[in-house]
Amino acid sequence: MLRNINIGQYIARDSIIHKLDARIKIIITILMITALFFIDSFKGYFLFLLAVLFIIYLSQISFMRIIRGLRPVLFLVLLTLILHIFFTRGGEVIWQWRFITIEKNGLITGLFMVSRILLLIMFTSLLTLTTSPLQLTDGIESLLRPLKRFGIPASELAMMMTIALRFIPTLLEEADKIMKAQMARGADFESGNIIRRSKNLIPLLVPLFISAFRRADDLALAMESRCYHGGEGRTKLHELKVKTQDFIALFISILFSILVSFF
Amino acid sequence: MALIEIKGVDFTYNELETPALANINLSIEAGEFIAIIGGNGSGKSTLAKLLNVLLLPGSGKVLVDGMDTADEKYKLKIRQKVGMVFQNPDNQLVAARVEDDIAFGPENLGIPGPEIRKRVDQALELVGMAGFHDYPPHELSGGQKQRIAIAGIIAMEPDCIVLDEPTAMLDPKGRKEVMDTIHFLNKEKGITIIHITHFMEETIGADRIFVMHNGAIYKEGTPEEIFHSISDIKRLGLDVTVVVELAERLKKEGFNLPDVLTISELVDCLC
Ligand SMILES: Nc1ncnc2c1ncn2[C@@H]1O[C@H](COP(=O)(O)OP(=O)(O)OP(=O)(O)O)[C@@H](O)[C@H]1O
Ligand SMILES: [Mg+2]
Repeated sequence: MLRNINIGQYIARDSIIHKLDARIKIIITILMITALFFIDSFKGYFLFLLAVLFIIYLSQISFMRIIRGLRPVLFLVLLTLILHIFFTRGGEVIWQWRFITIEKNGLITGLFMVSRILLLIMFTSLLTLTTSPLQLTDGIESLLRPLKRFGIPASELAMMMTIALRFIPTLLEEADKIMKAQMARGADFESGNIIRRSKNLIPLLVPLFISAFRRADDLALAMESRCYHGGEGRTKLHELKVKTQDFIALFISILFSILVSFF
Repeated sequence: MALIEIKGVDFTYNELETPALANINLSIEAGEFIAIIGGNGSGKSTLAKLLNVLLLPGSGKVLVDGMDTADEKYKLKIRQKVGMVFQNPDNQLVAARVEDDIAFGPENLGIPGPEIRKRVDQALELVGMAGFHDYPPHELSGGQKQRIAIAGIIAMEPDCIVLDEPTAMLDPKGRKEVMDTIHFLNKEKGITIIHITHFMEETIGADRIFVMHNGAIYKEGTPEEIFHSISDIKRLGLDVTVVVELAERLKKEGFNLPDVLTISELVDCLC
């Protein structure tokens, strides 16, 4: 039922990419994705693809794993392609059958869009595949910290993410237990149409929520008794430190994104 | 000066008529192992929360190392000195990885990173869980989770640990692990332990036992003294241990026995 509990899609490897500072990886990802939107030639996309392949190679993650990550967007990609091919006008007519025509601009724009989406997904999933959720949390907190002045509670947000990561498996286990208990009493979670099925979820959700609130109460007490008083004056066990290789990676990606956006 | 001093404390939860605690007076010295027993609703948890500034007394004073808990400026200091372990092992671990959880307290205190690292390693060692740094809490047994909770307190270098029924949700093995750990910490590290429990046999080995009833300290004494006022204890709805019960019945039948608490003592006396 709810087996194979696995938060995020992190794959542990001992690679250079894994060892990069989470903040640097987030910045590089944002930079590269921005550059991706400036590319408007197939040469540019090809260059970008080469860069992605090189990073995949360095990260020691199997290429097939990345390809599998693209499956959920397959429908979106096909739809984009079809819409552009049939509805974007301009350029010479490539193919015609009765009133359906395909024109050159439509084909090209469609292919551009598709390359863009696929590369974007590949690059961002590289980030989540090589960075554990805990590191990501630390990285996001650290990047948001300067925004505290504008009222963004960076460390509280990070604490929320940490607690969520901590309790997702616990709550999933509990949901599984409740489901089995209710099934033993004759509840049916697996048949019927959508409306019926969501109605049948009520005996699962109600006890789950009640228990989650009780947990939250207990946890708040435990945190308070362990001197939690917000992010003020908190230190960290793992201080993030930017190393030489982080600077090199950042430098290379800045150069690359400038270069590639001229194509 | 005693480590913990409670003077004439009353406590009533808002809107309730009967007080949860009435006129509590006690003092606990540094290094003691105290057990608190009492029936449901007798006020044990309320008392525990007063020691950690989770609650403030309605009247009277709670002093920790001479600091008044009602004084806001001592709040963090007192919480660092008196750590608290709760009943449910699942609901008190904060982080998704053991070492991050143990680091939580010291991080709140603003201790520098390298020092926290040292404390985390020591704390894991002390609770007998060295090498569990990277485990996610949901892969640990109940007893292990409670020991991680204890380690999280130790890393704050407290003088005293209050445990509110830490064994209530554990199997016998987990209970033994937790009991062994807190006795070890008391003996080897001199940490004051206040252990709240429903299980009589867990009070053996304590320096003193407080028996609570209806929000008051009904009786106070060494385990020998408490265990042998059997009729009193039973009247409060608490159970004495099998060994004590057996010895008592044997005495009634005319056996000449001294006061015993453990099986091995009883065996020695009989054979
Ligand atoms: N949050 C609360 N709000 C109102 N009343 C409370 C609250 N917590 C406890 N009480 C009441 O205060 C009294 C003492 O409760 P307390 O939890 O201290 O008892 P306890 O000895 O710890 O019991 P148990 O063995 O069940 O843990 C009880 O009558 C209880 O109903
Ligand atoms: Mg209680």
